Amino acid sequence: MNQTHAPAGTPLVELRDIKVSFGGLHAVDGVSLTLMPGEVMAVVGGNGAGKSTLMHTIAGAHPADSGQILVNGSPVTIANPRDARSHGIEVIYQRLALADNIDASGNLFLGRELRTSSGALDDSAMASATRDVMKRLNPRFRNLNTPVKSLSGGQRQSVAIARAVHFNARILIMDEPTAALGPAETEQVRELIMQLKSEGIGIFLISHDIHDVFDLADRISVMMQGRLVGTVDKDKVTKDDVLGMIIMGKQPGSAA
Amino acid sequence: MTDTHSAPPATADGSQRRDWRAFLASSEIDTRLAGMVAALAVIWLAFHFLSGGDFLTSRNLWNLSVQSASIAVMATGMVLIIVSRNIDLSVGSLLGFLGYVMAMVQTRWIPDTFGLGFNRWYTWIIALAVGITLGALIGAVQGAVVAYGGVPAFIVTLGGFLVWRGLIFRMGEQGQTLSPLDDNFRLVGGGPDGSLGEVRSWVFAVIGCAGVSLSLYLSRRRRKRYDLSLRPLPVDVGLAVAGCAVILAAVGLVANGYESPITKQPTGVAYPVVILILVTMAMVYVSRRRRFGRYVYAIGGNPEAAELGGINTRRTLMMTFVVMGILCAVSAAIQTARLNAAVTNLGIQNELDVISAAVIGGTSFAGGIGTITGAVLGAVLMQSLRSGMVLLRIDSPSQDIVVGIVLVTAVAIDAALRLGKKRTVGVSLVTGLVLAALIIQTGRQ
Ligand SMILES: Nc1ncnc2c1ncn2[C@@H]1O[C@H](COP(=O)(O)OP(=O)(O)OP(=O)(O)O)[C@@H](O)[C@H]1O
Ligand SMILES: [Mg+2]
Repeated sequence: MNQTHAPAGTPLVELRDIKVSFGGLHAVDGVSLTLMPGEVMAVVGGNGAGKSTLMHTIAGAHPADSGQILVNGSPVTIANPRDARSHGIEVIYQRLALADNIDASGNLFLGRELRTSSGALDDSAMASATRDVMKRLNPRFRNLNTPVKSLSGGQRQSVAIARAVHFNARILIMDEPTAALGPAETEQVRELIMQLKSEGIGIFLISHDIHDVFDLADRISVMMQGRLVGTVDKDKVTKDDVLGMIIMGKQPGSAA
Repeated sequence: MTDTHSAPPATADGSQRRDWRAFLASSEIDTRLAGMVAALAVIWLAFHFLSGGDFLTSRNLWNLSVQSASIAVMATGMVLIIVSRNIDLSVGSLLGFLGYVMAMVQTRWIPDTFGLGFNRWYTWIIALAVGITLGALIGAVQGAVVAYGGVPAFIVTLGGFLVWRGLIFRMGEQGQTLSPLDDNFRLVGGGPDGSLGEVRSWVFAVIGCAGVSLSLYLSRRRRKRYDLSLRPLPVDVGLAVAGCAVILAAVGLVANGYESPITKQPTGVAYPVVILILVTMAMVYVSRRRRFGRYVYAIGGNPEAAELGGINTRRTLMMTFVVMGILCAVSAAIQTARLNAAVTNLGIQNELDVISAAVIGGTSFAGGIGTITGAVLGAVLMQSLRSGMVLLRIDSPSQDIVVGIVLVTAVAIDAALRLGKKRTVGVSLVTGLVLAALIIQTGRQ
């Protein structure tokens, strides 16, 4: 988290020619992208287009076979989730990645537990920090001490989001963060995204909801069968243009 | 738990009930554990009446505590293994092998190979150190093959089951019985002198009471410092009083109530039981308060989430087998010391007892669920069944049938409770009880 400041205009994240394959399947096939500070970059595409796989390479969940990742202009190696975190990258996974049998604070701090001077888990400190961040995200959240298994889909999602927020992400990857949420909770996440954006955090937002995408994103990258169809400025395209890119893989005339 | 520390004190019925639920949720004694204690109480009372008052005696309970110790010690390790979605079938053979090695160390290697004599002050220390180190190493090897080699634990430990038993016969003695053992080492088994004695048992009890009260107080103070909701003070005080009462009663009525048949003095807490208590405390601490324990449960709950959380899941899994190996060595010491001999069939079928104890204690093969204290209670429950049936003169095959029925019934009830199927709970309970009663009735000699 203590990188030297890069010159203005340097992308927060730059992906160069990322490739990932599973056996013979090219899930991500030469994708290059940039993310600027305070920018929301939507990544869209049909099911199986390779969006999650691409994000997994940045998250350290599944390192790329080839290609380069630059953070603040310098090349970095992200071989595992710890590496990603050390660069201020936090992820809200599509499948949330929560341990069902553990409570909210145990999940929030999973892999980064607070400890007392004797090295024991400092459950009280973690519970208190969890309460504070949940208060901000989901004021009605009450079930701090129950295993997350017994939480609703939306509450589980709040826990996953809280994890990213608590650790002061500089780069946030949100893989369908509102998929399980009701209207009020979705609105909260939208507000949160706008707030984080205003704090200068860069956000990759994967979503199937074209309205969300147009409301929140600055730029939109469209993927199809592992390839990047194109990246467009939200203001310069219509929803139909983007839908055309997602479904037919065709570049709109006004593509940036 | 609600975050109502700033709300007015609970007076209405609803919030009272919520307090209780919160209390149950946050106390170590969860509902499942309370259920087990209740089941144990019922079993004890039933055997007491069926045997005409022979079960709840100092002598019987003292023996019960000693006989449960070795299986219970291993069961605490099996919990971590099963919680992380693995299994260890090798513990019985490993126990036999480690017991044999420790006996070899004290009866052959130290006296003959190194010419350092028999029955010296250092004999037991070296024997135990060798056993524990070897147990940890073997656990590390089995665990590494599971965690890094990707071979299912069932297969690896099935191999271990055969290998360690077979190796006993290859150690140059053709598997003959090694006896007698070192005098100090034998104390570990809880023989005539292998107890704390009256005075030290009371000291042990007082330390235990102080420990219980102190840990409750410290946990309360920590939560207060972070402005977290607290259990009602009377509940904490009640817990401390109840804990102390149990400890003092166990020491006063059972341990010191039992007079040694030889010295006619109160025997006090037997060393195997002291070991069990220390092991249980250490394992509870490791499983609840250390990162390692948290990771074991996280892996069991969702291996993918654990991996994405940056946890070194392979090393964690390997370490569960290392812990298991160490505990096998401890139990091997207890069993060989108790027999004052190492025999080739030591520990046979122990793996089944250990797994049963963990499972009866609420450990789930689905992963992520299980408690150390539950497993210890499970071991005590199984031993209670066996001891009780011995008092009732039930033959040994019938004992096995009953234990089998109880095992399946316990897990069926557990599963039904988890799914909230109240009727299935009732049906399982009644079926199990009727079957067990039938076998006990017809199995009397
Ligand atoms: N672990 C894996 N092993 C094998 N194939 C995989 C794996 N993960 C993803 N794939 C394949 O890679 C391709 C891209 O998957 P990915 O999950 O990245 O798609 P996605 O764009 O996120 O889709 P969705 O919108 O459904 O989440 C798919 O064909 C998928 O089947
Ligand atoms: Mg996806």
